[in-house]
Amino acid sequence: MKPAPFSFVAPESLDEVIQTLAAHGDDARILAGGQSLVPLMNLRLARPEVLVSINRCDELDYTRLSGDRLVVGALVRQIDAETSPLVGAECPLLATALRYVGLPATRNRGTVCGSLAHCDPLAELPAVALALDAELVLTSSAGERRVPAHDFFVAEMTTCIEPGEIVSAVAFKRQDPSERSALREVSNGGNVFPVGGVALRWASADGTCTMARIAAFGVGSVAQRLIDAEEALVGTDLSPEAIAASVAAARNAVNPTGDMHADAEYRRHLVGVLVERCLAEGASE
Amino acid sequence: MTEDCEVTVTVNGRRHHSRVEPRRLLVDYLRHDLGLTGTHIGCEQGVCGACTVLLDGRTARSCLHFAVAVDGSEIRTVEDLAEVDQLHPIQEMFHQKHALQCGFCTPGFLLTTLELLESTPDPDEATIRETLMNNVCRCTGYANIVDAVAEAAVELRRGHQS
Repeated sequence: MKPAPFSFVAPESLDEVIQTLAAHGDDARILAGGQSLVPLMNLRLARPEVLVSINRCDELDYTRLSGDRLVVGALVRQIDAETSPLVGAECPLLATALRYVGLPATRNRGTVCGSLAHCDPLAELPAVALALDAELVLTSSAGERRVPAHDFFVAEMTTCIEPGEIVSAVAFKRQDPSERSALREVSNGGNVFPVGGVALRWASADGTCTMARIAAFGVGSVAQRLIDAEEALVGTDLSPEAIAASVAAARNAVNPTGDMHADAEYRRHLVGVLVERCLAEGASE
Repeated sequence: MTEDCEVTVTVNGRRHHSRVEPRRLLVDYLRHDLGLTGTHIGCEQGVCGACTVLLDGRTARSCLHFAVAVDGSEIRTVEDLAEVDQLHPIQEMFHQKHALQCGFCTPGFLLTTLELLESTPDPDEATIRETLMNNVCRCTGYANIVDAVAEAAVELRRGHQS
């Protein structure tokens, strides 16, 4: 099918973008890479009246450090973040995750912020944002607000973005070089949507786990931080017993549904398996 | 309110200036407005890869872009590969290795292969297979396509040396 008619504007600055959004409110949608939005428009599941392309806003194409954060602008393509030495050094979990996102041809165009704003329950990047204590920078004509990832993702395809706002950047917590992290997912063959996945990051000092972040995706309506599973690790020596407790807590925390790809119990079991595998993978780095 | 927009793109080295409806997909612009029907439309939702083109040097689904949104870009399509009476080495190897049956998906595979071999002249089989995940073929079972890409890599390296 073809998209329903819409009008198109391509502002050249963030200022113009937010003015355009202010004028059109709920009727407007941002077009960045479009790799999730355009399929929905082709299927007429999305019918925005005004499409505001940010592809001319060169000022939004940046990746830079700011204090303890790595800030990725709204126009940074997934492929460029994936291959960026800065991302690889400061947020290796993000670089790892990007290799799983979509396909090479969609990563060439799709953006990091676009995937977060889209909030697909099967997407890797929302879980990475949770695991990296990210803050979403929402900009509108009223100014700027920073929203922690765990408040940003609300439900399937639903975030706290208000009409008139754009995700102008995302600020990930920089990973300490001593930190470990991993992302694992399972899919039914090939580079297709996963049936479930886990992103995990932790730190240890003198053999004791001092911090853990565990986020699951694909096993609920929205990416989810598994705080009980994190707490089961912190303060332990990551012994088999501690890991087993974390695995049990992870399975307890999720509320998956079944579909033709996997039933609910499979997904619940899978979350635990992936927590274990992430810990093993990160430990062997 | 849905006024036509100006778009200027360079396709296969030629500049084109057009007025198009904003909802005109790049693939439809190439096929219907420019008459370049080598780029095929498969799923129209970014899954199959039949409509793959090179957009500013990188593979892109032309069904997932609006022509107006790629204003100013350089695009290469399958029509850019062959000379008048001579196939491109990638096409020649797809032909020799029987890497197509119905051929519908082939234009997309050729552009994906072109991007790969321009950046990675000597890919191993794992790299070839990972790259080819971009595209779906329902005839060949992929074995011959993987062979064709590997042979095309050899052929292109030989060409560059001579």
